[in-house]
Amino acid sequence: MSGLSSFYRSAVGKKALMAASGIVMFGFVLLHMLGNLKLYQGPEKLNAYAEWLREVGSPLLPHSGLLWIARLVLLAAVGIHVLTATQLTLRNWRARPQKYQQREVLEATYASRTVRWGGVIIALYVFYHLAHLTSGWAHTDFVPGDVYHNVVSGFQIWWVSGIYIVAQVALGFHLYHGLWSMFQSLGWWNSTNPQDWRRRFAQVFAWTITLGNLSFPLAVLAGLVK
Amino acid sequence: MKLTLHVWRQKTHDAKGRFVTYSISDASPDMSFLELLDVLNEELTRKGEEPIAFESDCREGICGSCGVMINGKAHGPEKGTATCQLHMRKFRDGDTIRVEPWRSKAFPVIKDLVVDRTPFDKIVQAGGFISVNTGSAPEANLIPVPRPIAEKSMDAAECIGCGACVAQCPNGAAQLFTAAKVSHLALLPQGQPERYRRVQRMVDEMESYFGSCTNVQECEAACPKGISIEFIARMNRDYLKGSFSG
Repeated sequence: MSGLSSFYRSAVGKKALMAASGIVMFGFVLLHMLGNLKLYQGPEKLNAYAEWLREVGSPLLPHSGLLWIARLVLLAAVGIHVLTATQLTLRNWRARPQKYQQREVLEATYASRTVRWGGVIIALYVFYHLAHLTSGWAHTDFVPGDVYHNVVSGFQIWWVSGIYIVAQVALGFHLYHGLWSMFQSLGWWNSTNPQDWRRRFAQVFAWTITLGNLSFPLAVLAGLVK
Repeated sequence: MKLTLHVWRQKTHDAKGRFVTYSISDASPDMSFLELLDVLNEELTRKGEEPIAFESDCREGICGSCGVMINGKAHGPEKGTATCQLHMRKFRDGDTIRVEPWRSKAFPVIKDLVVDRTPFDKIVQAGGFISVNTGSAPEANLIPVPRPIAEKSMDAAECIGCGACVAQCPNGAAQLFTAAKVSHLALLPQGQPERYRRVQRMVDEMESYFGSCTNVQECEAACPKGISIEFIARMNRDYLKGSFSG
């Protein structure tokens, strides 16, 4: 076996695909968090931003054209990420049919050991989030087009905010291991610097995205945004 | 030292194994872990019982044959040390110690603590060599190698093939072993002609036996030679490069 045909079949190739699709989703969650900061600028700015996301690209593209392209790219990235992760996980479970009576964890981080289940939590959360704030199906008081209202009235329900908070913490851990892991899987090593910049990169972006996202439900619960 | 040992006993590859408990009343803190097993085996032999099968050869940490899981850690509690160089002073009087063979689908138990590590040989056979014409040895200084590169290559070449990386890995992956065997050649001028073919073949061979890497770094922590996961990144890079450049 050689070349691209074996690339997908190999676990090393699958990990590279996981990293590549992860980069796409990382870019998305970063931009998503930054865009949502407009919540703090009030209803006009946030709703205008949401409308701009639909209009951007026109007249070259139809209304919501770029939005749907982005959605399809993301859907493909999620599909690749989940498919390869599932295949690799099943393969790894088969690699040790007889378990140890005792196996201690030496250095693996909490984030790395929970990355699979974090991924499952995030996937379930994404379904809820889409039903809640995109389609409005899981929202008790959904007003199409009024993003600000939907966010604030949604987060004012404590358990809804609770779901978001739990999911963002899970996303933070997942991002921390994923972002670091990406460098390994794509073969970007760091040979001379004792302070591993890859770890630093993962820490900075995992914290940034998590704190940014956590601030939205917390600000609503605290009554700072209403 | 008084010690209680729970040791995995398994008569043959097919037999069902179980832990058997042994008490040792007079262990010396200066013994190595293998010497402790030697003393226990002498006692078992005197009593007419079957001694515990375990693998050992050099007993100086360079042959890679003695690895066992001790209290859930490959080669036991001391970092950067093979089982043969682990001394009983690392334990306390009255300790209970669990001794288990490496657990991996690719490393079937042959007997008690001895496993079959043949897949490692298969990986090396798949590409862990350089092809040269035989004849008189070439002048060693003809191909200069920068010192940092030579050192890096030697870091990878330290791998003794003990299997601790596979044993400790939650996925039973052999990435660290394979990466070390790929890298010590890929770093040197002599390894260049077969560089990308080598990594393809060795990775493909590896994947027919083992799980896959999730970058949790347990292998590096368990490795008695402290081989860095940097080599795994190097191997991944060469593998990807080879896949795309054909």
